[in-house]
Amino acid sequence: MAPLFSRSWPLALRVSVQHARVFPLNFYFDQFVTGLASACSLFLVASGLSIIFGVTRIVNFAHGAFYMLGAYIGFTLTEQFSGAFGFWGAILLAAIVVAAIGTLIEIILLRRIYDAPELFQLLATFGVTLIVEDLALLIWGPNELLGPRAPGLKGAIDLFGLPFPTYDLLLIALGPLVLGLLWLLFRRTTWGVLVRAATQDREMVAALGVNQKWLFTSVFALGVFLAALGGALELPRQSANHTMDLQVITEVLVVVVIGGLGNVLGTFLAAIIVSELNAFGILVFPKISIVLVFLVMALVLIVRPWGLLGRAEAAARAAGGAAILRWRPLAARGRLAVVLALAVLALAPLAVGDYYLTVATEVLIFVLFAASLHFLIGAGGLVSFGHAAYFGLGSYGAALALKQFGLGMEAALIAGPLLGLAGAILFGWFCVRLSGVYFAMLTLAFAQIAWSVAYQWSDVTGGDNGLLGIWPSAWAAAPAHFYWLTLALVAAGIAALRMILFSPFGYSLRALRDSELRAEAIGLERRRIQWISFAIAGGFAALAGALYAFLKGSVFPDNLGIPLSIDGLVMVLLGGVDTVSGGIVGAALYRSLSIWIISHTDYSKLALGLLIVVLVVLFPKGVVGAFESWRARRAPRTGGESS
Amino acid sequence: MTHADAKLRVSGLNAAYGQALILTDVALEVGAGEVTALLGRNGAGKSTTFRAILGLIANRSGKVIFNGEDVSALATYDIARRGLGYVPEDRRIFSDLTVEENLLVGRQAPRAGAPTWTLERLFKIFPNLRELRGRPGGRMSGGEQQMLTIARTLMGNPSLVLLDEPSEGLAPKIVEQMIEAIRDMKREGLSLLVSEQNLHFARLVADRAYVIEKGRIRFAGTMAEFDARPDVRDAYLAL
Ligand SMILES: Nc1ncnc2c1ncn2[C@@H]1O[C@H](COP(=O)(O)OP(=O)(O)OP(=O)(O)O)[C@@H](O)[C@H]1O
Ligand SMILES: [Mg+2]
Repeated sequence: MAPLFSRSWPLALRVSVQHARVFPLNFYFDQFVTGLASACSLFLVASGLSIIFGVTRIVNFAHGAFYMLGAYIGFTLTEQFSGAFGFWGAILLAAIVVAAIGTLIEIILLRRIYDAPELFQLLATFGVTLIVEDLALLIWGPNELLGPRAPGLKGAIDLFGLPFPTYDLLLIALGPLVLGLLWLLFRRTTWGVLVRAATQDREMVAALGVNQKWLFTSVFALGVFLAALGGALELPRQSANHTMDLQVITEVLVVVVIGGLGNVLGTFLAAIIVSELNAFGILVFPKISIVLVFLVMALVLIVRPWGLLGRAEAAARAAGGAAILRWRPLAARGRLAVVLALAVLALAPLAVGDYYLTVATEVLIFVLFAASLHFLIGAGGLVSFGHAAYFGLGSYGAALALKQFGLGMEAALIAGPLLGLAGAILFGWFCVRLSGVYFAMLTLAFAQIAWSVAYQWSDVTGGDNGLLGIWPSAWAAAPAHFYWLTLALVAAGIAALRMILFSPFGYSLRALRDSELRAEAIGLERRRIQWISFAIAGGFAALAGALYAFLKGSVFPDNLGIPLSIDGLVMVLLGGVDTVSGGIVGAALYRSLSIWIISHTDYSKLALGLLIVVLVVLFPKGVVGAFESWRARRAPRTGGESS
Repeated sequence: MTHADAKLRVSGLNAAYGQALILTDVALEVGAGEVTALLGRNGAGKSTTFRAILGLIANRSGKVIFNGEDVSALATYDIARRGLGYVPEDRRIFSDLTVEENLLVGRQAPRAGAPTWTLERLFKIFPNLRELRGRPGGRMSGGEQQMLTIARTLMGNPSLVLLDEPSEGLAPKIVEQMIEAIRDMKREGLSLLVSEQNLHFARLVADRAYVIEKGRIRFAGTMAEFDARPDVRDAYLAL
């Protein structure tokens, strides 16, 4: 895989790996207060995300990008202006500029897709993130930018014998201040009342004559403003860099989920909890500091599925028109086409060179990965944000079988999927207790835990350096041979997934997706069925991961990373969730395009981001979905069908 | 019975949920200052008719003329802005908002040709609401909530109100208050389209009636004409 993101996950950058030891008491206090200061911008960013989600129901993945832009633009502006007035003016101006950019994006892009499935909006904002990352690189260059110190607040005060930056004290005061201002805004202004009403029932608000377009836009602008302000305020504490967007978005998702989506006070509390966990985790458990935060989040979600102060999601009013396409197994003609396609693929090594074979092998692997995720999302209605966990577990399982236990490739290709399956069974047990956005967040948390283990447990996993020298057995070493092996396993995997899909089990799963209540009324056990499907999807993703390890000859924590999970979502959504073959087509398309783009431009994220945004706007049902609607329109009597 | 001064004139209205066609060629009129009833059994299509008029159903076609203006292509909020008020059957109170805040959401500027409502005037018609001003909407009885939804819609100073099954699930005493409230609104010069299953209630408030069944209009006439047609009642309304 050509990584879309820099390899290291930045949460860890702050972690100076050191061994746990005993510190004097005042040091702990100092650490505690530092944690409070960090909570400020985390709260600003998270409250922005929370407010936007509450009203528009968009999980704004681009929120991290806006935070980063706030820091970069803040950097540029503080260089222009001097003095206390100049510094604070520049910070504020930066937030306003970014809010204006956010407003533009809302008007140009998001307004077009408010009616699309929720995930599509996530995808669009992910595209925006990619675009912003490359634009930042273009404008500000690759180096970290060290921001100015705040005039008049450069010094430190004495806190029980330890120096404590005065700027941090200011941040500690600013958090509650912003919380108070937000409270006033939502409780004491007409705008705030309208926003709270729209959070609860958008349709009714419209029926009362409120133009929600501008309500949405203003809410989005406010949310982005808060994110950018959070970014700019961090300038005196940490340098602006290219990984800060993903670093913050991960933490922010955790904060928002712990606090309860849409609840500002909950967000405030959760920001403090997460910051303190970060601050103390490093001291107390240097090895698992990152895991700690996610572990707490998983625990909170299990005990309080809607976060500390959140409430159950209201049954989505917009839902209604469930899957309109009927799913059919392939008819005779379809089967023939598949056999022909397989034959052509099998003959490919006779026609193309090694480079293209390797590319084709990679595409095939991702087709299986996407098909497994599509099984979970399309048939199960379970949207996982952390499917890469199982892909990566497959990679590590295979690599460890080879390296630690000295097994051959054949055994490793079994060990990998087994490890992924075991992981999916373990994590899945917790995940299926939740649904909707919270399910997605918990899957994300588990993936992040798996990632952290791979990243930090370097004795076994090699940490950031990964595991190298994972090569296939001699008989499969030639690119053509490995291609054939992959083709056979991927075809078998997809055939198995389809058989499950059209087996009684698959029908039960889809019945649960379409109407939980009705399915449970006829005696289907939701949790057990969804748990099994989670395990199945994880197992096949792990098979893809194991193959990938042998294709690349190495395994890195990236194999479990968020970017890969998101790539999976992109592939499924681009193909079309409501269709049977969406995952396959989406993966082939997206993976080929991204490999092609990456090899043709230095600004591949910009190109990919634009591509995603354009596709989302043009094909809100996915490519296969669009094709099938087009076919249904041409032959209206067959109705909507998908195979 | 075409009124030259019809407040609302609906014609050829079709609506569907997904693939299922619910309304077929619905036509109805509401005269200015009149209370018109839309009668029909459970699932006949009363609520769907209201939602289609307001543009709350994406999949619909037909003509909706309100105050002489074709509003069928307008967004829901735009229709509401022109003075068409809507009180949904399931009340849809904003449960996190206080009574006063609920009313605030509905507030619109005064409108020519429609009565203007203030909090004070509303509290005269719905005296219970005055004491409950600060209470969250979620912590009110069903009857109180019903009063609040109506009051909330009136805050928009509408000239026509679509009232969906106002008597549903209410205690007899509250139903009496509701009848009084509807008469008050009529006295103020409002036009109303009231959907009902309760014939007794409809007789007490309505001037004219439509009967809807399986998404089609089966009868149109004055209340007196309706009472002269027990066959209509037996065919389309009896349970
Ligand atoms: N969201 C929906 N999706 C699919 N079908 C619906 C939906 N809402 C209503 N229907 C169907 O449309 C038909 C008309 O429903 P509608 O709610 O308009 O009836 P109604 O006359 O208001 O009945 P009631 O007295 O029960 O309120 C019913 O058959 C109902 O099942
Ligand atoms: Mg109804």
